[in-house]
Amino acid sequence: MHEHPISIEHVRKVAALSRLAITDDEAAAYQHDLAKVLGYIDRLRQLDLAGVEPLVNVGDVRDRTRADEPGPTLPTRTLLDMAPESFEQFVRIPKVQGDGGGA
Amino acid sequence: MRSARDIARGVAAREFSAESVTREALGVIVRENSRVNAFTQVFHDFAIEQARRVDEDVAAGKPAGPLAGVPIALKDNICLSHGRTTCASRMLENYHSPFDATAARKLINAGAVVVGKTNLDEFAMGSSTEHSIFGPTRNPRDVTRVPGGSSGGSAAAVAAGMVPVAIGSDTGGSIRQPAAFCGLVGVKPTYGRVSRFGLVAYASSLDQIGPLARDCADAALVLDVLCGKDDHDATSADLPPPASLANVDEVLPGLVLGVPTQAWSPANHAGVTTALESSIAAYKKLGAKVIDIDLPLSDYAVAAYYIVAPAEASSNLARFDGVRYGRRAEGAKDLTDMLCKSRREGFGPEVRKRIMLGTHVLSSGYYDAYYTTALKVRRRVKDDFDAAFRAGCHAVLMPTTPGPAFAIGEKIGDALAMYMEDVYTVGVNLAGLPALSIPAGSMGASAAGGACVNLPIGVQLVGRAFDEARLMRIARMLERATDFAPAHAGGA
Repeated sequence: MHEHPISIEHVRKVAALSRLAITDDEAAAYQHDLAKVLGYIDRLRQLDLAGVEPLVNVGDVRDRTRADEPGPTLPTRTLLDMAPESFEQFVRIPKVQGDGGGA
Repeated sequence: MRSARDIARGVAAREFSAESVTREALGVIVRENSRVNAFTQVFHDFAIEQARRVDEDVAAGKPAGPLAGVPIALKDNICLSHGRTTCASRMLENYHSPFDATAARKLINAGAVVVGKTNLDEFAMGSSTEHSIFGPTRNPRDVTRVPGGSSGGSAAAVAAGMVPVAIGSDTGGSIRQPAAFCGLVGVKPTYGRVSRFGLVAYASSLDQIGPLARDCADAALVLDVLCGKDDHDATSADLPPPASLANVDEVLPGLVLGVPTQAWSPANHAGVTTALESSIAAYKKLGAKVIDIDLPLSDYAVAAYYIVAPAEASSNLARFDGVRYGRRAEGAKDLTDMLCKSRREGFGPEVRKRIMLGTHVLSSGYYDAYYTTALKVRRRVKDDFDAAFRAGCHAVLMPTTPGPAFAIGEKIGDALAMYMEDVYTVGVNLAGLPALSIPAGSMGASAAGGACVNLPIGVQLVGRAFDEARLMRIARMLERATDFAPAHAGGA
């Protein structure tokens, strides 16, 4: 089983895409752990899969439509009470602009 | 603890009350839970309240539900508007669901008494119930060993005699493997059989809810209640429930079972091979025809699974952002910083690793090499099973796991060793088929202090899609013809 080469930079990029804060030590640990799992996964390269149709879901995944009729919903207050921070009718979040803005 | 069938019958006939049964279950939980750590929460008052309502309804002459007065435990990734729904995660440590999962609602409507929520690997990601903020659950058969996972709390609760039946979820074996490790029957229904509305999603194209019980008839009783179309889950199939309990005791004439050559892997513990041989011998004695089949892609199913499941998980767990509910980190400088810190604090190491793995395999430049390839393997895995069924098999018989319950801590540092626990189970989820694990013997092992314990071994039966009723009958035949099931706490 060969180790799959993924760079520390790529690990950091994946962490950023995953919205996970990551320390230098963790990046190195992930590089090792992911390489190990990906090395195992590489066995799939042995297979000849030409002409095989990918199977996303075994279930009946057709779009289903229903009448657009209002029904009971959860009360706004209940939903706002679940939020870590709320203000009047709004969920409060930190500023969007900044170093990490444009998320 | 009586069987669920006996409880429901006795409560309906007013031979004893739901309250007395519930108090008995709560008593066992108080006694046993410190030993096995099966529960994340126990609902003493709420359980008594539900039981009294059942007793009042029965006294008022209302029709008793099929689970009247049956104490039941729910895996703590199934939403209930009582208590918390934690997923054994810091992220949802204080999360109170505003609604009940459809499965929970169906059980309660059938008269079941929810006594608590059970421990799991965080977000159902694991095979040992060690990845939990509540600490590991212990196997009641040998508390130095794991109960399996991720539905290990549900399995331990049933095996320790705390409840007659419990509910788990199975994405890659998370009902069947703990059932095997704890000497129980555990059923993963066909994809689409049971609504997942209110099940916290791990991998949506694989997840199913199902029962763990001490025998096939109790499992069938609960399965029938769980099944059915639900407008809140677009993937739920528009079919009537399987009515699997009705004929569960009838022997199937002309039964044909397929045993894959891959079932005889040299990686199996000797006890697993022996259990498979004993099961085959028992079925042959019952008149079944057992044929050799080939599932050539099964050696690749784990690899495909550890692409598909993390890919879906990375997408599903994106909802945990510290904005609308769940944990939010303090002192973030902006929104992205808050998201990254909240998720870092909220998720444990295995969950973070699977999110990273899933994000990687879906990322630009890697998508086709990993994700598309895995989906092609998924097609071939399903085709292999279909070929076996076309060849006349009513079910496929193979091990549930390569070995018995392992020691706590033994595999936690080795992700690949842990993932290989799923070698016989993940293919079934990829193919969307119904499957169950049933006790098939035991093997001796050394326990703490030089003592010897008998560890349960399970075998797995995989059925045709939506053929649960027949699958339960096939399993029941083995159960009734053998004494493979371990003696259960309190007597079964």
